Amino acid sequence: MKRRIKPAEFAMQTLFLICGLTAIAFVLLITVYLILAGLPAIREIGLTSFLFGRTWASTHATDPRFGILPMILASVYGAAGAIVLGVPVGFFTALFLAKAAPPRLAGLIRPAVNLLAGIPSVVYGLVGMCVLVPALRAWLDLPAGDSLLASIIVLAVMILPSIISVSDAALAAVPREYEEASLALGATPVETYLRVTAPAARSGVAAAVVLGVGRAIGEAMAILMVAGNVANMPSLLSSVRFLTTGIAIEMNYAAPGSLQRQALFSIGLVLFLFIMLINILLNLALKRGKEG
Amino acid sequence: MKKRIFPLLLLAALLLAACGGSTAEGLTGTVNTDGSTSMADVMAVLQETFREREPGITVNYSGTGSGAGVEAVLTGRADIGLSSRPLKEAELDKGAVAWTVALDGVAVIVHPSNPVSGLTLAQLEQVFTGQVDNWSALGGPDAPVAVYGREAGSGTRGAFEELLGVTDRCDYTNEYGSSGDVVGNVSGNPNAIGYTSLASVGGTVSALAVEGAACTEETVRSGAYPIQRPFLLVTREGAALSPAAQAFLDYACGGEAGPYIARAGAVAP
Repeated sequence: MKRRIKPAEFAMQTLFLICGLTAIAFVLLITVYLILAGLPAIREIGLTSFLFGRTWASTHATDPRFGILPMILASVYGAAGAIVLGVPVGFFTALFLAKAAPPRLAGLIRPAVNLLAGIPSVVYGLVGMCVLVPALRAWLDLPAGDSLLASIIVLAVMILPSIISVSDAALAAVPREYEEASLALGATPVETYLRVTAPAARSGVAAAVVLGVGRAIGEAMAILMVAGNVANMPSLLSSVRFLTTGIAIEMNYAAPGSLQRQALFSIGLVLFLFIMLINILLNLALKRGKEG
Repeated sequence: MKKRIFPLLLLAALLLAACGGSTAEGLTGTVNTDGSTSMADVMAVLQETFREREPGITVNYSGTGSGAGVEAVLTGRADIGLSSRPLKEAELDKGAVAWTVALDGVAVIVHPSNPVSGLTLAQLEQVFTGQVDNWSALGGPDAPVAVYGREAGSGTRGAFEELLGVTDRCDYTNEYGSSGDVVGNVSGNPNAIGYTSLASVGGTVSALAVEGAACTEETVRSGAYPIQRPFLLVTREGAALSPAAQAFLDYACGGEAGPYIARAGAVAP
């Protein structure tokens, strides 16, 4: 017996296929474009002096330099700092929500966290610029409060929602029997949460951390407003430029066809490779979670 | 159905007739301009508004730099050259003629609470190169100086550094991607000093007097305010302009384009 596919079925199947392929097409398009646009400048500047050069002076009249080490380090330090501040707070919030919070309070905190995730990044930047930056300047007696520290604080708040919601889901998925066994053996609830539930959910928490790193590395708008944007070798209290803001701030007036503009695309390529690496790590963490 | 289509057809016919009429009466042709990249904003505004007046004329702009622009008009490769600096003796000798289309003044701005109201060019050079880093050395309170500037590639940064003689020697605390960001951040930090085009100063910051000359449109026009440069249209002596190029020159240097030039951040002469 032959199976007949109805025309309507067939049309819809094709439509789904086209939609699915669109996403792949865009990923391929962006990858190919970034590689094509990013390679010429790297070839001209030289890979080592591009990646490890300490000076970025893209429009210097006599001696232009295109070293992005300050930006790479700023992005890495910024993400690391945000993780150091954000993960403990986020993890304990998630533990509280999943295990200890009275349902009514949890019902209040969860929507608040979701709301935090929905706030546009420019608003984080605006609040950082108008509240955090002047506060840091006054407290630490700096010329200006725009700094790596200000960026780290803003990024830490921005990655909280993803850390909380992913960890929350991982903790809630730990089988109830594990905890009951621990409690039956005489452990206190806090001991149970920290020694039994948390280790059982560790791959989910690892995924939350990697997700946070990805968000922190890729963020541009909020930190453009609080980082100060000078390509110094990063230190906590001085102005820094990230990979993302390095592209954003100079793209406007970079002359078409100039090495400066091409080098900005090369920064984009480096950033793209960073994000790819983080995605691979994320997939590994999630896969290990499923197997374990 | 017919009833609906007829008025539309009539309208289309009228529109076609109107278009045909204006091109028949107006000039047609192409004007090639070549030169200063700092004049991109002014040229964009002039191109846009001139197109409304003379739809038959296409004005092309290529940003190659002032020197290359003057060279292009002297060798006949461009109809009009663009220069954001006064012409050099050698260029004048070769027959270059300058028409001032606008003046570009760069204001030095501080927080309104800052008691310093004016600085000399030498003091500004020291501040922007990082040799002076406390306001007390400039007659202000004992507070660190935060030097705010624009990003590499910005025309305002290029003009300011060049006119102050500090090209590529500035030691910035922070860099921002637009005039609005510089003004906004200076207005939020009592330690800050920054620069911006005259048109974008606004009421939230105060503009310093430089060498005793307050920063206003009048002092820029009279030449008393020192941090300024001319935007010039350059032609060649003895070479007749095409009617289209002449029309553009008349429009750009006539009073009518003034308000649009101000919109691009420059001062009409």
